[in-house]
Amino acid sequence: MSVSVDPMSVEARENESAEALRPHAEDAFAGELAALAAQDDRPRPARWKLSPWAVATYLLGGTLPDGTVITPKYVGPRRIVEVAVTTLATDRALLLLGVPGTAKTWVSEHLAAAVSGDSTLLVQGTAGTPEEAIRYGWNYAQLLAHGPSRDALVPSPVMRAMAEGMTARVEELTRIPADVQDTLITILSEKTLPIPELGQEVQAVRGFNLIATANDRDRGVNDLSSALRRRFNTVVLPLPESVEAEVDIVSRRVDQIGRSLDLPALPDGIDEIRRVVTVFRELRDGVTSDGRTKVKSPSGTLSTAEAISVVTNGLALAAHFGDGVLRAGDVAAGILGAVVRDPAADRVVWQEYLEAVVRERDGWTDFYRACREVSA
Amino acid sequence: MVPEGEGDGVTGADESGSRRPGAGPLLLGVRHHGPGSARAVRAALAAARPQAVLIEGPPEADSLIPLAADEDMRPPVALLAHAVDEPGRSAFWPLAEFSPEWVAIRWALEHDVPARFIDLPATHTLAWGKDTEEALNDAPERPGAREPAVVCEDDDMHATRLAVRVDPLAVLAETAGYDDPERWWEDVVEHRGPGDGDAFAPFGALEEAMGALRETYGSGGHDRDLVREAHMRLQVRAAQREFGDGVAVVCGAWHVPALRRKTTVVADRALLKGLPKVKADMTWVPWTHRRLSRVSGYGAGIDSPGWYGHLFGVPDRPVERWMTKVAGLLRAEDRLVSSAHVIEAVRLAETLAAMRGRPLPGLSETTDAVRSVMCDGSDVPLALVHDRLVVGDVLGEVPRSAPAVPLQRDLDRVQRRLRLKPEALERELELDLRKETDAERSRLLHRLRLLGVAWGEPVASRGSTGTFRETWRLRWEPELSVRVAEAGVWGTTVPAAATAKAEADAVAAQALAEVTALAERCLLAELPDALPVVMRVLADRAALDADVGHLAQALPALVRSLRYGDVRGTDTQALAEVAAGLAERIFVGLPPACAALDAHAADEMRRHVDAVHGAVGLLGDVPAGDVSAPAAPGQGEAGAAGGACAGGHRGRRLRGRWSAVLRVLSGRDSVPGVIRGRAVRLLLDDGELAHDEAARLMGLVLSPGTPPQDAAAWIEGFVGGGSGGGMLLVHDERLLGLVDAWLTGVPAEAFTDVLPLLRRTFSAYEPGVRRTLGELVRRGPGARGSATTAGSGIPGFAADLDPGRADAVLPVLRLLLGLDGDEGTGNNATEDDNNLAEAGR
Repeated sequence: MSVSVDPMSVEARENESAEALRPHAEDAFAGELAALAAQDDRPRPARWKLSPWAVATYLLGGTLPDGTVITPKYVGPRRIVEVAVTTLATDRALLLLGVPGTAKTWVSEHLAAAVSGDSTLLVQGTAGTPEEAIRYGWNYAQLLAHGPSRDALVPSPVMRAMAEGMTARVEELTRIPADVQDTLITILSEKTLPIPELGQEVQAVRGFNLIATANDRDRGVNDLSSALRRRFNTVVLPLPESVEAEVDIVSRRVDQIGRSLDLPALPDGIDEIRRVVTVFRELRDGVTSDGRTKVKSPSGTLSTAEAISVVTNGLALAAHFGDGVLRAGDVAAGILGAVVRDPAADRVVWQEYLEAVVRERDGWTDFYRACREVSA
Repeated sequence: MVPEGEGDGVTGADESGSRRPGAGPLLLGVRHHGPGSARAVRAALAAARPQAVLIEGPPEADSLIPLAADEDMRPPVALLAHAVDEPGRSAFWPLAEFSPEWVAIRWALEHDVPARFIDLPATHTLAWGKDTEEALNDAPERPGAREPAVVCEDDDMHATRLAVRVDPLAVLAETAGYDDPERWWEDVVEHRGPGDGDAFAPFGALEEAMGALRETYGSGGHDRDLVREAHMRLQVRAAQREFGDGVAVVCGAWHVPALRRKTTVVADRALLKGLPKVKADMTWVPWTHRRLSRVSGYGAGIDSPGWYGHLFGVPDRPVERWMTKVAGLLRAEDRLVSSAHVIEAVRLAETLAAMRGRPLPGLSETTDAVRSVMCDGSDVPLALVHDRLVVGDVLGEVPRSAPAVPLQRDLDRVQRRLRLKPEALERELELDLRKETDAERSRLLHRLRLLGVAWGEPVASRGSTGTFRETWRLRWEPELSVRVAEAGVWGTTVPAAATAKAEADAVAAQALAEVTALAERCLLAELPDALPVVMRVLADRAALDADVGHLAQALPALVRSLRYGDVRGTDTQALAEVAAGLAERIFVGLPPACAALDAHAADEMRRHVDAVHGAVGLLGDVPAGDVSAPAAPGQGEAGAAGGACAGGHRGRRLRGRWSAVLRVLSGRDSVPGVIRGRAVRLLLDDGELAHDEAARLMGLVLSPGTPPQDAAAWIEGFVGGGSGGGMLLVHDERLLGLVDAWLTGVPAEAFTDVLPLLRRTFSAYEPGVRRTLGELVRRGPGARGSATTAGSGIPGFAADLDPGRADAVLPVLRLLLGLDGDEGTGNNATEDDNNLAEAGR
């Protein structure tokens, strides 16, 4: 359940987890966590495995006094990680907001791993998430055989985190129906979870906290009630800061996906990827990359995740129907689909962008033509 | 605790080692605009009770010090020095409420102790800027060596900043292990609460640190500091002779070791010898927090005057009070912020500070906490907090008794030069812009209007309508002087102030049309320096404005200013680009915007289409030199192939795209009839559409399937308004025949519905045209355009042209139109006839 500082078990865990398809953060980085814990002499909040400072170091990376190198888990503004860790140290819950592909889940997993040594107390939010997933359920065989008792109770990850003073995680909070979301209000404000069937309650012990992630620009989500929102400190994870960083992320992910889909490897796609990323960034930011011309932003999210899917799509097109080289024509339709979500307003935005920005740009003629063709 | 009589300020504390006990003045090294420094200075002065306070600042301002006690004086204010015969050359010493210098001045005035400025006189500092053509460092972050921000309106635009200088703060911060010098200074000095014991301890420690730095770096590349320090030393000595050792000096910490140093009077005098001089004058001017902040031009180098003001102003618990303030602001903007939020924000800020190892939450911690707790992680409300609180809207005030601002002097001078006396009596002034003096007068009046000094009102010219004439109604009201004084914050000369004001207005403007109007006024007032900013804002607004109507409104004004600028010979390249971009956006947005409009909106949109059409036509003509004769479209195409210059090419391309847009409009059924008709008409006039094609389209619309209302609207668009549509009908009888046939076919019940529209269309024609049309219609369709109707023609006119007499007019017409005379006149008579018809329209 918890990361031990004992080197033997650390090794054992790392070996064991090497077999898993995707090891938990606390297993994959058990060595780093142990090294940090050994070196960390700063005050730790109750039941924390590390001090807040060490948690921040674990996420942002650094070199410890004994020379152990901590790899950065999150590349982004230091401020964000500091605020997130500090929030967990107070009794406020943490809400990580951001568009898809901004490493919300990744950050929450590593935070839980570093703070509590356990990132598995997880509720995955979906439109079908029931109240039991957040509160508790019943083992009906037990219930029928022996009547209501603590033994018949199936605790949710949140309930276990409360009882043991751990960090619970709720993924995709805004996908959960609003009435189920509000179950969290009592937990977060009263720090208790009543069990009326038994006339009992579970009180959160010190060290309990909750990290939720949510998507703030997707459609079809259940917005948080302001009552719930007030219980959270909000940290917005930003999109990649520079074109280079984003191109890097996109090409890496595209490569991974392409391999898993057995797409033939294509040469020289990087220019087209850069163009896709540039278009997405410019439309998203509402300003061209040279900072000289403003453009309107469409209603879509235009997240990095969408850029990845546009490029993957284009690769498949090029591999199966094209000449094997990723060209402007292969991505144009995908971009149009990603940008024009609202047929009336977004189309004007897109055409304006094409005419005002793309047409004038050196070396983009083929891209402009391809886009004109699909937009016409 | 302090030996009162001595006033030295040496205490028993262990820091006294850094000060020679019992001798010398009390040197209070500060950081300009540091609230912690200000607090420390106040405490130190209260403890030491000196008999005179010497302050780093221009000595010419000594006589202005008493004004600081005036009731109407409210910081932030600035001491303004300007060269008497060249008001554009000026320097500012901004003082906020939390500036240690301001605190020292107020303390001296409250305790009836003489206060004096001891820095190098502005006479010299102003001349320095003049001689070396280099702008002095205007971001005096260095805790000591503050040089005033010298601004030379005419030449400092191109002046390069001084090369590498040592930043003492950065060195100290690095030594202390901080990566951000600002933060180090805040932690060590500014965030020390009041009353942690010894009032002089901070100064001692700081002096020691600065001493070490100066030993290592000397003047640190700030060579002028040596001269200034020599002057300060001389002044301190003089004060000591007068007041004994009971003298306190408030100056930048950087200077303290230099002032402490023993030098001979002779050596100091030698340094000061032969300094250049200009005649300088000083006054107080109101300042704002915004201008104190780094973002604006005359910044004093602090990011967060509002935050500093808060730190200085609050009695205790700065973070709690700050959060309460933020909550108040957000509530006023209808954001739900409860007391619980405030509590949580304070807790988060404090925990963050602890985690970052800072003694107290600083601005970055409080900002992070506000963002996370009160703003749901969003930067949008946070921007408001930054703008209103961290920077702040505080506006300083200066008593009326302060000497006149240089702007007023500059205005006086210009008024004298242009022989344009301010008179209370209203009078009209006719200006002929071809004359140099009159042109300058016009510029002055336009600039003043931009500054809000409504001395002259432009009125419509009575006589000539030429563009080189302007008529103004002049009247100088007494309160205009106040306006001039208020405008003093914008600059020291009329053009500079107008430029700054225009730029600020552009940034603040809400609507797109406001910005275009501003661009026009900038051209009229000839403020080329303001144009780039205005253009930028214009381009940005245009890009984000989703309403085609707004864009269409903005375009004509822009094109007008473009042509006007062309006439005046200003460089309008940027303007042309913005106009072209605007036109592109309109082209893209217009067709969707024309769908599903009611009659009223359609009518308005028709006007927009007309305006854009005119503007696009002008836009194509703008690069006047390139396009020789943009008459027939065929010719234009040939010109493009022949490789005209980029401007002409763009003009043609724009027109090409515009006619494509018009075609789309004319052919789309969802577009209201009035706009479709108009589009067809515009295409026809431009020769983009053959008469046959126009007739086909008209026949299509006027065919029985179309609702009569829509058809009537189409006719109104096609031939309505005062656009010569009547002549078109007179000359193209086929069109008239179509209208006639349609009208007679309108069923009786629908006729009353279309009647108002038709009346509106045809009543706008000139009486002659109406009569001719009537005659033509009466004559009936069968008798049209043939010799058989000779008898029933218009009285006094033959039924057909007399070729001989018509040809006789042509040479004169050619001469008038400047067409080439050597082409044959007879062989293309039919075309000439067309031209004649068009010329007649």
